[in-house]
Amino acid sequence: MNSTTSSAIPPSRGIIPLPGSSRGLWIQASLLVAVIGLGWWFWSNAQANMAARGLQFGFGFLDRSAGIPIGEHLIAYTPADTYRRALTVGLLNTLRVAIVGIALCTVFGILLGLARLSSNPLLRGLVGGYIEVIRNTPLVLQLVFWHAVLLQLPSVRQALNPLPGVFLSQRGMKIPGLMADTALLVFLLAALIGAIGWWLLLRRERARQIATGDRRSTLFPGIAMLLGLPGLALAFGFVPVVEWPELTGFNFEGGLALSPEFFALLVGLVVYTSAFIAEIVRSGIQSVHKGQWEAARALGLPPGRIMRLVILPQALRVIIPPLTSQYLNLTKNSSLAIVIGYPDLVSVANTSINQTGQAIEVITIFMAVYLIISLITSALMNWYNAKVALLKER
Amino acid sequence: MQATTTLAQAAPRGPSFQERMQAFIKACFAGPLNTLITLACLAVLYFAVPPFWSWAVTNATWDGNAQACRAAGGACWAFVREKFWFSIFGLYPFEERWRPATMIVILVAMVLLSTIRRFWGRKLLIGWAIAAPAMWLLMQGGVFGLSYVQTRQWGGLTITGIIAVYGLALGYPLAILLALGRRSEMKLVRWFSTAIIECVRGVPLISLLFMAAIMLPLFMPQGITIDRLMRVLVAYTLFTAAYMAEVVRGGLQAMPRGQYEAADAIGLSFWQKMRLIILPQALTITIPSQVNTFIGLFKDTTLVVVIGVFDFFTTLRAALGDPNWLGFPTEAYLFAASVYFVLCFAMSRYSQSLEKTLRPETR
Repeated sequence: MNSTTSSAIPPSRGIIPLPGSSRGLWIQASLLVAVIGLGWWFWSNAQANMAARGLQFGFGFLDRSAGIPIGEHLIAYTPADTYRRALTVGLLNTLRVAIVGIALCTVFGILLGLARLSSNPLLRGLVGGYIEVIRNTPLVLQLVFWHAVLLQLPSVRQALNPLPGVFLSQRGMKIPGLMADTALLVFLLAALIGAIGWWLLLRRERARQIATGDRRSTLFPGIAMLLGLPGLALAFGFVPVVEWPELTGFNFEGGLALSPEFFALLVGLVVYTSAFIAEIVRSGIQSVHKGQWEAARALGLPPGRIMRLVILPQALRVIIPPLTSQYLNLTKNSSLAIVIGYPDLVSVANTSINQTGQAIEVITIFMAVYLIISLITSALMNWYNAKVALLKER
Repeated sequence: MQATTTLAQAAPRGPSFQERMQAFIKACFAGPLNTLITLACLAVLYFAVPPFWSWAVTNATWDGNAQACRAAGGACWAFVREKFWFSIFGLYPFEERWRPATMIVILVAMVLLSTIRRFWGRKLLIGWAIAAPAMWLLMQGGVFGLSYVQTRQWGGLTITGIIAVYGLALGYPLAILLALGRRSEMKLVRWFSTAIIECVRGVPLISLLFMAAIMLPLFMPQGITIDRLMRVLVAYTLFTAAYMAEVVRGGLQAMPRGQYEAADAIGLSFWQKMRLIILPQALTITIPSQVNTFIGLFKDTTLVVVIGVFDFFTTLRAALGDPNWLGFPTEAYLFAASVYFVLCFAMSRYSQSLEKTLRPETR
């Protein structure tokens, strides 16, 4: 009985009919024809439309002079440069705000998430209200608000000076900077070598602990390396020069300048995204079962190590995937820069389209850039996620 | 009888207000660190709340003109009152304002009906299928003696609602198709669906809006022009479809294998199986995530500012340029923020309550 039924009805392996069945082939073939047909129709229309406007498809315009004035550029740029250069400047501006924003919103997000879990009801309530307000209002509105706030700051001559060396005015923010010279390079290299040394030591000690069960702290030799090597660099005369901003005439000189647009965009993105990250961190830590805390306490672990060795590894598995999409959201949301006039990739691309009319090419370029950024970020995060998941399996 | 009342009286009751306040204060000052945190919070409140209160309430102007506002020095709510109806209807012809007003009433009524679980079903879908075109006809006119109103004259909260609702209505069926396609056994269908979902999710909504605004006209035959609002809807529909598709896919994956196998065993066809067995369950368990996704999409309607469609927020910003009322951006932004907050917060609370009621049923 059983065998006859199974021979009469082919076993279904999934939702839609098997690839071998003629119905499946038929559907796939018509989909292919439809996609190719639609693509061809779009393409021929586009060519006719572009010909009517005296345009030709191609990326040759990239080598023409752009004539776009861009106020902020990380690489040398003048309006006489090419479109290729202008778009690169825009891309670097996007990456700059995205990288700084991701670093800051992670820190603030974790702090807010922990405050949300505080045993103090007043702090918990205040932070909870703040998070709800931020999460439930549109980012565009917040960006415009922060931009308006910054433009209402006093003029340069009456700049606010909240911390020594930090000035806030209508022209944005000025902070002390480090002069890029050999001394700075040597100093940073020393710090990097110190950090790598600590990491290697940590690895060796961990292997030793697993092999012998004996545990030795790496704290003192580690800190000695991390601080001692840069200290040695200082002792040998490689002292980095700090440039303090100074008011000379109508503007500041020296130090790092953050334009009001960059600053507003950064503040807006960080405030918005950190509220989302706070909720992710909170629910991640709450997802760890209470028994884990109790078991760790029963083993006699101190609170710090309970968090680091027991709770965080398990919470991270829950936290990492949504955190990745928040990082990607921040990067994509940085394209809202156009609303407040920060020259990011989309903003420069928009000007390029208006000037050249090469809409298809420019839009293809920036969409491809965002797709590549998305793919790289999710690949990195998947790799990290796999590592964290493996730890759990052991 | 007597016994039941005694039992009811003996039942433990929740802590009284006084007891809860005592517990609250005790928790605030438990230990030196907590005391320090409490004092810091109180300091923040002390420096933030009284100045805000005197600006927003004590010194505020509720009635009058810009001069009166500047004289009082506080918040100028008179400005918001003056521009309130403009922010709802935008540049829609003044004597025809009853039409968007009726549309909003229908929309709100339909949304409220849809939040009640008792009404979930085929009738509600049919209701939306009738209401959606009716609302559009009411706005656009040109039939039944209604004068024709171009979409470029639409604006304000009306258009925010239109973009969100029509984007969802058009994007939702597409989302289900994409989600099914992504789990299909047919390679081409799967690749195609995955490509669309990932490409749309991988780029900012702004770039899709640009694409629809600038590239879509290029793709059409010469002589055919697409209305600007239509272009926005195309981009927004695609965006909604891709994000909702991932939510629906989550629901499809959460269905136990037995459901698929049982449907196969009684000999249902693919679409019967989906329509009768799988989708009703998969869509229901994902409703909370669908609402959460929709909150994000609703907030993103503000992005249409980049291609010059006057939604609620952009209309308010335009009102800031009125030469009679210069210099009250904070009031306008606070008003806009509170409208968005009330709508989004209500939706998220609704989603949380659903999550609680839906959970026991699925287990």
